[in-house]
Amino acid sequence: MEVKVLRAGMLTTVQDLGRRGHMAEGVPFGGAADPFALRVANMLVGNPDGSPALEITLTGPELEFGGPGWVAVCGARFEEVPAWRPVRVEAGDRLRFGKRVHGCRGYLSISGGFDVPEVMGGRGTFLAAGIGGFQGRALRDGDMIRTVDSGRVLTGRWSMDERMLPHYSREPIVRAIPGAQAREFDDAFYSFRFGITPRSNRMGIRLDGCPLERKSNTELVSTAVAPGTVQVPPDGNPIVLMADAQTLGGYPRIAHVAAVDIPLLAQLAPGDGVWFARTTVAEAHALARAEEHRIALLRQGLAEKIRNA
Amino acid sequence: MKLEPLGDTAVVATLGAGIDPGTLASVRSYSQALVAAGLKGVTDVVPAYATVTVFYDASRFAESPGGAYGEVCAMMEALAGRASSAAGGPEARLVEIPVCYGGEFGPDLPALAQHCGLPADEAAALHAGAEYLVHAIGFTPGFAYLGGLPERLRMPRRPTPRSHVPAGSLAIGGSQTGVYPVASPGGWQIIGRTPMALFRPTQDPAAVLRIGDRVRFRAITPAEAESWR
Repeated sequence: MEVKVLRAGMLTTVQDLGRRGHMAEGVPFGGAADPFALRVANMLVGNPDGSPALEITLTGPELEFGGPGWVAVCGARFEEVPAWRPVRVEAGDRLRFGKRVHGCRGYLSISGGFDVPEVMGGRGTFLAAGIGGFQGRALRDGDMIRTVDSGRVLTGRWSMDERMLPHYSREPIVRAIPGAQAREFDDAFYSFRFGITPRSNRMGIRLDGCPLERKSNTELVSTAVAPGTVQVPPDGNPIVLMADAQTLGGYPRIAHVAAVDIPLLAQLAPGDGVWFARTTVAEAHALARAEEHRIALLRQGLAEKIRNA
Repeated sequence: MKLEPLGDTAVVATLGAGIDPGTLASVRSYSQALVAAGLKGVTDVVPAYATVTVFYDASRFAESPGGAYGEVCAMMEALAGRASSAAGGPEARLVEIPVCYGGEFGPDLPALAQHCGLPADEAAALHAGAEYLVHAIGFTPGFAYLGGLPERLRMPRRPTPRSHVPAGSLAIGGSQTGVYPVASPGGWQIIGRTPMALFRPTQDPAAVLRIGDRVRFRAITPAEAESWR
């Protein structure tokens, strides 16, 4: 079917689980800022893991569906849009995102997934290079996006057990592994609340409220950085790198947020806050394993509610 | 070689201290050896200046005492000897990039000329006369950080970055020079523009320049730039 974009919203892009294998060419992993919400959204409509879905930022779109199918919206909550459950749509139905209730990014999956070409091993939009997703750009009013036909039949009238969700909050504690220059800073990073500034985007979350003082002025040679890397530029206000961050960084790296807590960061909007707690690589891996286990349980539970037509 | 974690997704190998061609040769050989080995669970090998960073997918490793991090470190240590030998990867090449210096394409060339005390055409000729070395790829897709800038042409970045630098812009930032393959914000001094595409997402590899490549710039006229397309 085709989905008509009546209103695009503030920043709506097609995203998947990102690209691997092109970082040496300067192409970041990209993909959904909140991979957990995207994965569950796909699961709820019977799609393969990582199918292309819409990432909706702060202000939601208004969509019109050209045929019957199922959609699910996960992540940020918007008025008038049921969250974390499959919703049946028929030809001509409209879905209008109301005011944002909480969170920063919503993920709308559709049965079959959005039909966009693969570019450099991914279907997500990488805005800085104008590649991937829908014509390499954010959606605009009037766009028509095709979906892949799906033979899946779902049953509705149920929703996800919210105890299975990450601890989304407007003031989350995220776990971080000390970085290469961690010893050049004192414990303030793990002791105080940081605020989310409006200069945050898919490349990075810029924090304020507690400028950090570096005890060294050694100039660093740039190295690879990754989503979750916390850099401290000379003004002392940390930047947490996100999905579309540049692949190299030359600022001191105070810490790296554990991959399992990236979704918590992705849902922070300007005005929200965040606290950091120290963890280790081994503990972060154990947390990731536990999360995969929860996702596997969810998938198992859903298999009974979805069958192939 | 020193190994340390980059969060829970990568291991950084440090092979030297600063920016120098000797370290870069080791970094290049070692990263090629790591790629050629096709290590289990490894998704990306990213060489840059004095480090090689290896990204891994922890879910591909079974639980073990050392964990995924320990296993990746062990695989990297086993290949450490390859940092000093030719690894059999793609040869480093000499890439020539045609550039229109100055004019509307290089709005900061007059400032560079003033900064180094040379007429603009001589400053451009000095830039085009040197040979450069790709020390890292990053910032934007395909952006090559080039070392080897003549001392006289070194110039600090602009105090306020431009919000839009056109694709193909040739620029100077401190002791380095480079071409912006895609349009982006940027704080470097823009002295020219190339009509050559340095990032082609539909080709593999998409980035024209690779770490270790040598680069020369050739001055061309705006008319030649036009016919290049």
